[in-house]
Formats: sequence, C-alpha cells, structure tokens
Amino acid sequence: MKRLKATDVVVIGSGWSGLVMAKEVATRTALNVIVLERGPARNISEYANGMDEINSRRVGLVQNPADQTITHRHSLKDPAAPIRQYGAFRPGTGTGGTSEHWGGISDRYLPDFFVLATHLRDKFGASRMSPDWTVQDWGITYDEFENYYWRAEQMMGISGKAGNLRGKLMEGGNIFEGPRQHEYPTPPLTPTYTMGFFHKAATQLGYHPFPLPAANLSQAYTNPDNVSRPGCVFCGYCPGYGCMIGAKAQPTNTIMPVLNGRNNFLLRNNCWVRKIVHRNGRAEGVVYMDENGEETLQPAEVVVLSAWTPNSVRLLYLSDIGERYDPATGKGTLGKNLTHQVTSGAAGMLVFNERLNLFMGSGAVGYGISDLDGDLKEAVPENILRGGAFLRGAATGEGPAGSFGRVPRGEVPRNWGSAWKKAAINYWDRMGPGVEMRGEHFAYRQNFMDLDPTYTDKWGDPLLRMTLDWTDYEMRQMAFGARIATQLLEVIAQVSGAKLVKGQFGARGAGTFHHYNAASYSTTHIQGGAIMGKSPDHSVVNTWLQHWKMANLFVVGSSSFPQNSSANPTLTIVAVSQRAADGLIDHYLKKPGPLA
Amino acid sequence: MKRRDFILVPAKAASGMVLYSLVGDLIPIAAQDAVKPHDTVKVPLRFFTAEEARVIQAASERIFPTDDSGPGATEAGVIIYIDRQLAGPYGRDKYRYTKGPWIQSVPEHGYQGKETPQEIYRAGIKLLGGDFAELSPEEQDLRLEGVQETYFFQLLHGHTVEGVFCDPLHGGNIGMVGWRLIGFPGPVMGYRYQIDKYYGKTYSVAPKSLEQILRHPVKGVEDDVE
Repeated sequence: MKRLKATDVVVIGSGWSGLVMAKEVATRTALNVIVLERGPARNISEYANGMDEINSRRVGLVQNPADQTITHRHSLKDPAAPIRQYGAFRPGTGTGGTSEHWGGISDRYLPDFFVLATHLRDKFGASRMSPDWTVQDWGITYDEFENYYWRAEQMMGISGKAGNLRGKLMEGGNIFEGPRQHEYPTPPLTPTYTMGFFHKAATQLGYHPFPLPAANLSQAYTNPDNVSRPGCVFCGYCPGYGCMIGAKAQPTNTIMPVLNGRNNFLLRNNCWVRKIVHRNGRAEGVVYMDENGEETLQPAEVVVLSAWTPNSVRLLYLSDIGERYDPATGKGTLGKNLTHQVTSGAAGMLVFNERLNLFMGSGAVGYGISDLDGDLKEAVPENILRGGAFLRGAATGEGPAGSFGRVPRGEVPRNWGSAWKKAAINYWDRMGPGVEMRGEHFAYRQNFMDLDPTYTDKWGDPLLRMTLDWTDYEMRQMAFGARIATQLLEVIAQVSGAKLVKGQFGARGAGTFHHYNAASYSTTHIQGGAIMGKSPDHSVVNTWLQHWKMANLFVVGSSSFPQNSSANPTLTIVAVSQRAADGLIDHYLKKPGPLA
Repeated sequence: MKRRDFILVPAKAASGMVLYSLVGDLIPIAAQDAVKPHDTVKVPLRFFTAEEARVIQAASERIFPTDDSGPGATEAGVIIYIDRQLAGPYGRDKYRYTKGPWIQSVPEHGYQGKETPQEIYRAGIKLLGGDFAELSPEEQDLRLEGVQETYFFQLLHGHTVEGVFCDPLHGGNIGMVGWRLIGFPGPVMGYRYQIDKYYGKTYSVAPKSLEQILRHPVKGVEDDVE
C-alpha cells in the first residue's frame, strides 16, 4: 500500500458538507486540508455542454450504480435486492456532489422540529404516538442554530422574502417560519406564468403563499467571501444539471473560488475512500483507491466524513466504528433512524388552453404554503398529528424528451400510434405544473441501515442495505397531501380557466404503491444513520457532529438528522456543517478531545 | 470490425448535415448523395444488422407515425438514435448494477433482469418477427399490441420518444423535426427577458441545437468508449 505524507485534516467527499468544512479550516487556520472526492473534477465551464436531456438521463452528474449501489428491503423478513438503476434518489458524484445538480429550494426547518420528541410528547401525549417511533431531539435548538442559517443564507445568497423578522410577521413571506434576524440576502425570483394562479387560489383558500427561498439567485450577488454570482436566467436546465452561469449556488461556484490556489488546500478527484483507519479510539487516516486504482493510505490528524448520507454510514460500518444498531433490542446507534422525506402529489392534472412555456424555469422558483406545516391546528380525517409543506405551481424547466407523451386518461385508447401522438402534441406544454406536499418522516424502530451480506461494490466491499417501509401513518400523510393538493388544483382550475383532469399521473405519492418505492423518483433526501444527540446511548455524534467514540472524527451532513423534515435539507446541511467547523476550529483544535 | 450494415433514412429533413461518427472517423452522410426531397441516405449501423434495424424502424414508426400532424419516427431518425444508444455504454449496461445473484423482487425495486438493453432488443425483435417491416400497418399494430405489456416495448416506447425529441447530437431529431413539431426552442441559454413577458403567450422561435448555440461539437455519452 502506498503511504502518503501525513496531513492535518482529511475530508471524505466534496459536497456542501465537505467543502464547507474544508473552506472554514483552510481559511481560518494554517492547517493543511486534503479533500478526497470519488468522482471527477467539475467545472462551471462544462455545464453549458451538459444542457442535454439524454446525457443527463443516462448518467449525468449522478453516481454510477454499476460501481456501487444500495440494497433495499421492506422489512427484516424480506430479501434485500440491489437497486440496479437509480430510481427514488439521485446522489451526485464529482466535485460538489449532489449539490451540483440540486434544485435549490432553501427553506429552514421549523423551530419545534429541533425538539420534536419533547414537543410531540408535551403536545399530544404518549398515547397518540406510535410505540415504534424513535423520534429524538437534536440536542440543539432553533434559537442556538439561527445564526448558522443566516451564515448559510449569506454564503449562498438565498433569494426570498422574510415572513417572521425578529418576531414581526411580514406580509408576503412565510409567516409560519421561525423568527429570523435578517431579511434574505436577495429578493425573490421572478414568478413564472402559472404561479399567479397558484397564489390566487391559495389566498382564496385562506392560506398564506410565499415565494420559495431559492439558492438560484434573483439578481447578481457578492457573498461575504467576496464570491460573485449572476442572477438566474431561467434556462430550464436546473434540477439534474449544473448551472452554466453559476446562478444556482453549488460548491463549485460558491466555495471552490475561495479554495482554489490556496497552498494549504488540495482536492484529489477520482479517489475512492474504502476505510477509515483507527487505533485505540483514534482515527489515523483513510485508505483509498487513487485514480490509477492503487491502494493509498493518507494519514491525518483529523478525519471529516462527509459523503452522501448512506455512503457516510456505510464507511462507518466498513471501518468498524461505533456500535451497530439492532432493531430487535433497540441497542446500538450506528444505522438507526433512517428516514426518507414523505412526498405526495395531487390526484389530477391541470390542462390549459394556452401554452405555458414550461421550458422556461428555475429549480426553486415557486410558491410555498406552510399553513398546514408542523402541528395541525384542527383534526383531519387522515388522523395525523402534523401536516406538511405544500409547494410549487411553477415551472422548473421541462425538456421534451422527458416530458412528451402525457395525455389525460381515457382520451386515447393506448399510449402509442397516431391518436396518441396527436393528443400528446396538443397537450405538450399545456399540462400545468402540479402541487405537491413534502412531509416529515418520523424515525421508526424498524427503519435502519446496515451492510448487505450478499452484494458488493466494484472493489468487493459490502453494499449498504436499507431496511425501510412506509407504515399506515405515512400512507395517511400521503393521502392528506393528495387531498389538500387536489383541493388547491380545483381552485387553481377555477381562477385560471384550466380544466382539472382527475386521476393519477406518474408514480409519485399516494395511491400508486402501498410500500416504499425505490424505483420511482421522489427526492434524494435520505437522512439519519449517524444521528446527533445529547447522549452517546442514543446518538452517533454529538451536536458538533463529533463522533462520541472517536474525538478526531467528525461525521458531517444529513446523516446526523434524527428525523426527516417537511422542508428540504440542503440549507440545514450547510448550516450544521458550518457549526461542525466551528466546533472543530474554535473548540477541538484548541483543546483536542471530546467536545461534549 | 464486423461487416458494416446500413439503414436507409430520408434525407429530406437532414438538410445535408447528418454526421455519423464511428470510432474516430466522421462521415458526412450528405456527401454520398445529392439531397433531393425524396432521397434517402445510407447510415452505417453500430449495433443492429440491417434486418434488425428495419424491424425497429418500422415498429418505432407505428409508435410515432408520420401522419397529418407531422413527421414521425422514421423522418426523425429514431433508428439512428436507438442504434447508437444500444451500441454505447447504456446498451451494454454500463450504467446499471450488474452483479449477482439475480433475484426476482417486488416492483418497488425496479427492473431486476439480467438482460442488457442490447439483449432485450434482440429478443424483442424475435417477438415482433423478422418479417415485421414487410407487414401492413394494421398487421404491425396487431403484433405491437401483442407485446405492449413487455419491458421491451416500454424501452422501445421511451427510446422512440427520446429519439424524436433528443438533441440532434445523438442522431435522432434530425433537422430538429421533433422540436419544430411541438415548438420547443432547444437548449436556449436563458429566458431572462422573456420569463414574465410571455405569460400565457406562445413563445415561437426556430429551434437551435446545442452545437449550434455553443458553436462547438458536444459528445453524446453513447460515444464513450471504456
């Protein structure tokens, strides 16, 4: 094995988490930082070449499942199968990770979400909670965390409108958000055509729509690191693509400009980490396969593990760090509290007479509604405790190779041939953007991650196995989401003159599957497995994301989230990463040892 | 290299600019013939035999036919698109986890079969019959109805739509006939000044391909060689 010269900090993975940690350490200290990234280098200059649906659909910026995938089973009783082509989630690879091809929605989590276990017990009582829920408090509160949100919003230049400014409710913003100390760095994005109808309908129903906070800049912006980016031009090649002008905040355009050229920072691409080496409770470095396939040891004083959530959890397993979770006894912490955001959509589709120009769009443009997010103020027929965030009514950019062919059900006898072709030509760009719900996913005793006993990656290392299914509770959440979203579509139809065609379109949400569906895209928001908390009995890392059992190992990212939020995770991932960097720099480096 | 097979496609829509890249060499197709309205050009095949290509071309044409609404799969060059996709890494399952054991699983785990797209097509062509291209449209539709619940048909249907509406750099959507059919402008580098000026109005411009916009060649992943 090739043994390299020791470095101060080695970082595994170059997504938001890894590069935020690298930036903070490299700019605030004189320490040397090496980032190991499994995928290729990515650069803004390549992204115009990437504005192509087919290249993006085949592999694009996503990890190639041929090299390594995940196995899944619905319960302990079922055999696990490898997810042979990605479906439900699309984890990225290469510099910037998934954050290169993300959409850009950047909302904060609700204040009560940070203390969810306490909150649910106090508010609803143990009798209304499932005995299988393993929901936990984070160990930090929203108020302690608020300034980290603000730092993340400034770095990325989030475009939005405050709804709760230091306790004062602001019309037009999200009045249900936690109090924020500052207005957003940039104003909201220009609305796309159909958003006006969504806004009118939502207001008519008594809701308080607000522009979704977007990492896709509404105007040119220079962040506190002196990195300048231009405003979004609505090219429509957004989720699934890297931004060709850098308007969408991505690690390559927001952090790499700060790090490039620094002599205490090094990014090594095409380096696949297989193990964290440790002795006597101390990480000593990492072993990886370099770009030539040579096994290499990189010794380091501090190891930061910040891969995509399942990959971080897998590396802890492969390195034999921490006590493995056992769902039968509830003992052990590694792998527990696996969650995947609960999503659901309207059971119907709006059909407009006019063209909608859905090919003009941006990944995070749209309105959100938070009136039904968090605790429900009145009982609902679905008998759930908390609702969800409703969003969209906007165009995120629609390419014809992926979107052509939708026709209202029953209108043509079959989905091929002349009749279908004519109908599909007529309906293309006339079927309106939908409304969807994003809901919390509570952690369950039986949902967890461990290593698969059968399937291996290209190096022969065991794959990660997810054991995960929806319970009746999540099915009711989805039914709730579908009901509210359909109501919204009905009113949008009234105010816009569009026709509402009922029926299920696509596989998303309730009604299509009664089990967790790994084959159809929902979100890449898989969380947990190395969760944070106040006690090593119930969590893998402390609130600084420092491993309880290994003081010089930080496990950074949404692997640390004890349960899954209705809000999308990226902003919170950036914020917890900045907090972890503060823990490392302001506390650990001054006095190496456990921070909690 | 194996004997090179060809497929005939209409030259009309090609406006003389179909380029076919084999490993390293570019062949300007239009140079072979003077392009007249009813001319056809010979396109060398990468994966299919000529007989197989005629079956798939005929089948994709029934899925997306030329009719009074406009050009169909044949004119768009769908067969070229599919042939290239199948010959490339996708057709050989380089983007799929292919380690065993192979098991039957629940629908929520997606396609678990061992067969590659190349093998699925070869088997599908057998199902359709080697004489498929010679049948009447009605007979062809009957055969397609017989296979329309198969995974092969699902792939063929998806690839036909992709072949009509892909960027021309992939071999389909020749002359951007697909994009003209629906009024898609192509990968335009932004609509900053249009986004709120065309509320409810048709935005109608002649489409441009990615290579026309960028003014340099762009490689399709189907051209990747390991």
